[in-house]
Amino acid sequence: MTQSTPDQPLRLASSTVSRRTVLRNTALGAGALAIPGVLAACGKDSGSSGNSKTVTFGSNYSDAIPKAGIAAVMDAYQKSSGVTVKINTQEHNSFQENISRYLKGNPDDVFSWFAGNRMKFFAAQGLAADISDVWSGLTGFSDALKKAATGDDGKQYFVPIYNYPWAVFYRPSVWQAKGWQPPKTLDELTALCKTIKGAGMDAFAFADKDGWPAMGTFDQINMRTNGYDFHISLMAGKESWTDPKVKQVFETWASLLPYHQQGANGRIWQDAANSVYQKKSAMMVCGSGQIAQSFQGADAADLDFFPYPMINTEFGQDAVEAPIDGFMISKKAKNLEAAKALIKFLASPDAENAYQSKDNGNIPTNSGASTSNFSAFQKKCQAYIAGAKQISQFMDRDTRPDFASQVMIPSLQSFINKPSDIDSLLKNIDAQAKSIFATDN
Amino acid sequence: MTSTQVSAQAPAPQASVARRRRRLSRFTRRDIIILAVLIGLPVLLDIALIWGTTLTSIGLSFTDYNGFSSPQLVGLHNYHEIVTIYEPFWRAVRNNLLWLATLGVFATPLGLLLAVLLDKRIRFTRVYQSIFYMPVVLSLAVVGFIAQLVYSRDYGALNSLLGRTADPIDFLGDPSINIWAILAAAAWRHVGYVMILYLAGLKSVDPALKEAATIDGANERQTFFRVIFPTLRPINIIVLVITVIEALRAFDIVYAVNSGRNGLELLSVLVTANIVGEASRIGFGSAIAVILLVTSLGFVIAYLTQILREDRR
Repeated sequence: MTQSTPDQPLRLASSTVSRRTVLRNTALGAGALAIPGVLAACGKDSGSSGNSKTVTFGSNYSDAIPKAGIAAVMDAYQKSSGVTVKINTQEHNSFQENISRYLKGNPDDVFSWFAGNRMKFFAAQGLAADISDVWSGLTGFSDALKKAATGDDGKQYFVPIYNYPWAVFYRPSVWQAKGWQPPKTLDELTALCKTIKGAGMDAFAFADKDGWPAMGTFDQINMRTNGYDFHISLMAGKESWTDPKVKQVFETWASLLPYHQQGANGRIWQDAANSVYQKKSAMMVCGSGQIAQSFQGADAADLDFFPYPMINTEFGQDAVEAPIDGFMISKKAKNLEAAKALIKFLASPDAENAYQSKDNGNIPTNSGASTSNFSAFQKKCQAYIAGAKQISQFMDRDTRPDFASQVMIPSLQSFINKPSDIDSLLKNIDAQAKSIFATDN
Repeated sequence: MTSTQVSAQAPAPQASVARRRRRLSRFTRRDIIILAVLIGLPVLLDIALIWGTTLTSIGLSFTDYNGFSSPQLVGLHNYHEIVTIYEPFWRAVRNNLLWLATLGVFATPLGLLLAVLLDKRIRFTRVYQSIFYMPVVLSLAVVGFIAQLVYSRDYGALNSLLGRTADPIDFLGDPSINIWAILAAAAWRHVGYVMILYLAGLKSVDPALKEAATIDGANERQTFFRVIFPTLRPINIIVLVITVIEALRAFDIVYAVNSGRNGLELLSVLVTANIVGEASRIGFGSAIAVILLVTSLGFVIAYLTQILREDRR
């Protein structure tokens, strides 16, 4: 349900859901049919109550490479502080899906989460601990990052560890061999798509089985067409989805869909990313941290990107989508002081360096973090984010979780199935948006 | 008051008291305590876990409860939204009905047919039984994973078998066909289940009935439909109930395949997605749960009236 850390490339049978996850979710589901309230009380036991030498950490870094990154971070902390960190890892997508229940039940002291509206939502529900006092001692973060960590009430609830840009990724070696140039405008992009199709490849690798990856393409086209302000306002429920501006986004997208990999709703993004790696697809709209996992070792150098082409001259390529991942402390933390000590470390350059030693698809947010080991790819990602006029998070981080998961996921999937029926689709999204945004939280 | 235990064993002085008590009630105090525990505990659990939760769900379905703030009554608002603008709902209803129809019209008769064939003591019957029964020991979630290996557009076995590697069929991603692909997998499992139930039933049919029918000149078809099948009535009822339950509670297989989206919506999935998911629309999800409950009650009531009417006869 979120963009971010993926599975290690699965070249054969690929499913991001383990059987245990399904069983747990099934059990939760069965319980939910019965009584939602009771379940909240019986979360999993995270142990370690009141022991100042142990702090628990709920992690959604379940995929091999990010998981190794978190393990390196926690090892570094345990060595320097003498405190034991107990890591409870859950499968990435199901961590997000169960977050409400998790935070209301028996959460870990510190947990991994995302900046933006998605953080503010849970902070506003009183499920996260105020860490403004930790922030007063932090260095190396820009005001923009602090703002991304601040809730609606002006207090901080989040520390970032890295962000990563969404853009159009491709293999330079393939493009050089074919003589293709990164397009700068929509017209150039369309022309290139035709050329690529003529060469027997899919122009865009595309997957939306998990529901969220297609949101990234919508964000790009909307911000290029209507600008950042309109996009954020739309995400906040302040614009109408039947606005001709929104219709134009879907029409542009529909004109490009024939050049996207077919069968997207049955494919996970890992397989789409692999098709770029396997030279079956020419490019892919995704996050750098995701596709980089398909390009390991010697292939890592053969990955480059360009910003999504300009559609409207008024907005150019100003906006960059760069989701921020990081950590929060749960309100129910058993060991608040130890949790604050840990989260302070997580915001330090040392933690970011430890993470980068294992996972180099992302950009550390702390300016004190070492960039000496950066690849050319990482430097380019960093410069791209630094040069942004505006930075968005991602659809499911910029809007309400219920709207993203219950309205936009099915709607984008039906758009992919039936791109011709834009009017009725938008009418339906609009009706549901009005209803959801009318309820208060 | 004296101990009834003592009075039961040593009747001497309190015998008349005990006898009077026994006339009032045939139960000793110990019996009453045991009965109270044996009946009371299940009743309490039943009230707490079944009635309590059901009524809570019904109550919540009329609110906008989101798990955080205190619930506000919104009347029939949730129900109205579900049937008007919540697009996945009608797809889920259609899929649940398809599920019921496929299991009932196709899978169950096929299971019966297999049972009848295997009951004929053909060679290797045990082997066939094992093969058909095998899927039943797998959980539907596992069947879902197997289905993905078979149906996947990019690496699935079925497209290779059909020779459609250049232009593969998107069995799981195309919402007009993925429900059928999944139903085939679910039916594959259901057939084995029904088969084993009927096989057990057929083994218990008195061979004398068959002989009598043959002597009376009935052919094989008549023997089966007029004589054998009616004697299988208890099995028929079990199979019917299982089929309905399987169709209404279907969840894990579609959840394993694509979280029950994009053509694989089911009522159970929508309930879970709304309540358990990050969305936490508990009031809304409860309303879907109530709709599922009412649908199930329809089947339960129809079934019970049928049973009671037949028993009265």
